[in-house]
Amino acid sequence: MVEPILVWRRLVGAQVRSQLQYRRSFALDAFGSFWISFVDFLIILTIFHNVSHLNAWNVHEVAFLYALSAITFALTDLFIGHLDQFPQLIRDGNFDIVLVRPRGTLFQVVAADFASRRLARVLQGVVVLVYALWSLTIHWTVWRVIVLLASLPSAVVIFSSIWVCGACIAFWTTDGGEFTNAFTYGGTTMAQYPFDIYATWLRRLLGFVIPLAFVCYFPALFVLGKPDPLGLPRVLDFVSPAVALAAAIVAGLVWRFAVRHYRSAGG
Amino acid sequence: MIEVEQLTKSFVVRRGRFRRERHVVEAVKDISFRVDRGELIGYLGPNGAGKSTTIKMLTGILVPSSGRVSVLGLDPSRRRVELARQIGAMFGQRVQLWWDLPLRDSFELLRHIYKVPLDRHRASLDRFRGVLDLDPFLDTPVRQLSLGQRIRGELTAAMLHGPELLFLDEPTIGLDVVAKQRVRDFLVEINREDGVTVMLTTHDLGDIERLCNRLLVIDHGSLIWDGGIPELKERYGAERTLIVDLEEPGPPLELEGARVERIDGPRQWLRFRGSASELTTRVVQSARVLDLQIAEPDIEEIVRRIYTGNSRT
Repeated sequence: MVEPILVWRRLVGAQVRSQLQYRRSFALDAFGSFWISFVDFLIILTIFHNVSHLNAWNVHEVAFLYALSAITFALTDLFIGHLDQFPQLIRDGNFDIVLVRPRGTLFQVVAADFASRRLARVLQGVVVLVYALWSLTIHWTVWRVIVLLASLPSAVVIFSSIWVCGACIAFWTTDGGEFTNAFTYGGTTMAQYPFDIYATWLRRLLGFVIPLAFVCYFPALFVLGKPDPLGLPRVLDFVSPAVALAAAIVAGLVWRFAVRHYRSAGG
Repeated sequence: MIEVEQLTKSFVVRRGRFRRERHVVEAVKDISFRVDRGELIGYLGPNGAGKSTTIKMLTGILVPSSGRVSVLGLDPSRRRVELARQIGAMFGQRVQLWWDLPLRDSFELLRHIYKVPLDRHRASLDRFRGVLDLDPFLDTPVRQLSLGQRIRGELTAAMLHGPELLFLDEPTIGLDVVAKQRVRDFLVEINREDGVTVMLTTHDLGDIERLCNRLLVIDHGSLIWDGGIPELKERYGAERTLIVDLEEPGPPLELEGARVERIDGPRQWLRFRGSASELTTRVVQSARVLDLQIAEPDIEEIVRRIYTGNSRT
C-alpha cells in the first residue's frame, strides 16, 4: 500500500521539478487560476446583492457550500485534473507505453502529472471557507465535525470518479474532452449552489446518476443544521462516504472495461 | 517463448459523413507461429499489413478478437502487469522517456516502476552506458537529444529491468547509417551474450539481413512467409543476374534460359535461373568475354516480389 504512494511521489516529484524550471510561467499560471476561481465566487456575491435568499439559503450558507465544492474540486483537479488531456494520450497512441509497464494503468495516468499551480485554487476555496465559518454561527457537535471532515475526502473521490468515467469516453470516441468538462467543471459549479433550487429532473440526475448532491449539499445541510426543504430522508446526510465508495468502484470497473477496448493508433 | 494460434484482430471502422456505415477491417487474420528462446526474429510487412497490431497483441496492448496468444506462458492482455515485468518493448515512434527530464532521471524513475534493486540497476546501467556510449548525454534533457541519442536511451530503458524477451517496433526508423549500425550491434550483443529473445518489426531490410535468423512476412493481415532468409531467397529469388563484360559493345546476347535486362556499353546484365556454370560456359562460347560476375538477388527485391505476388491473388 505504501510502495505505490512512494512511486507516485517520485513520478510526480520529477514532473513538478520540470514544471518549476519555468518559474515565471508557473507563477503566472498560479495567479491566473486563483483569479479565475475567484470570479465564480464574485458571481455568487453578485446574485446575493440582488436577492437576500436562494430558497432558504442566505449568502453565508451558500458561501459555505461554495467553499466545500471549490476546495474539494480544486484538490481533485490537483491530483487528476490532467485527465483533461487524456483524449490526446489515446489519440496519439501513447497509452501503449502505459500498457507495457508493470503498474496499474490508471495509477500511471494519474501519476503522469500534478498540477501544482492549481494549489492556488485550493487556497482560494480555503479563504472563502474561513469567511463562511467566521460569519455563520454553527453549533458544533461531534457528529457535525465528523460529517464535515468525512465529506471532504468523499467529495474528492466522487469528483475523481466522475472525471475517470468521463475520461473513459476517449477510448471509444478518441475525444470527448468537452463532454467530460460539462460534468467536471460544470459539476463543481452546480455543486456550489443549493441543490433545492434546481428543477426536479436535474435534481434526480445530480442525486442519483451523477452523485454530485452528495459532494456538498447533504453534508452542508447537516453541518448547518438546516431542515431539508425537499423533505428527503435525513439519512442521506450521512451516506456521502458510502456513495463515494460506490462511485469509485463503478469508475474502476468502467475504466477496466474501457482499457480492454483500447484500439491504439497508427503502425 | 511465444505461441500464437489463429490470432485475429478486427476493428470496426465507421465511414461516411451522413450515413455512417460499419465496416469490419481485419488487421490481423488467423495467423499462427511460435518463437523459441534465443531467436532473433524479424517481422516484416508493408504499411498497414498488421505488424504493429500483432506486436501490440503480444505485449498486451490490444486484446485479440479471436485466437490464442501465449507469451512466456502468460495471456498478455489478461496478465499484463506480470508480463510487463518480464518483457521489454520499444516503439521507434513513441517516446517512453520523460521529455523534460535528463536521461539519467528517466532511468531512475523506471527503476522504481519496475522495482529493480539498486545494485542490479547500477550494474545493467553501467553496462549499457558502455555499449551504447550514453555518457556524453546522460545528463541532457530528453527533448534536447538527437534522434539517434534518444533511440539509444529508449533501448536502454527497454532493457534496464533485464527482460528475457524484447519487442521492437521499427527501432531504426529515421536513423542515419552510423546510428543504425550501433543499434544493430547492440541487438546482436544482447541476443548472443545475454540470450535475450528479440522480435523486431521493420521496414529496413538491412536490419533483417544483418540481424535475423528467421523472418516472418505479413501482408494484408495474413502471414505469407515464416522461415529463414536463404530459403526465402531460394523460393522467391531464384533468378540471379550474370554480369558480362564483353571486349567491345555488341548486340544483346541471345541465350536460352536467360534474358538481357540491361546494356551499358560493353557490359550486359542477364537474368537467369538454374545453374550458373552451365550458363557461363555458353556465354563464353558465344562471345568474347573479358570478365563475369554473378549477383545474388537482394532481399529488398525478393520482398517486393512477395508483396506483388500476394496482392495479385
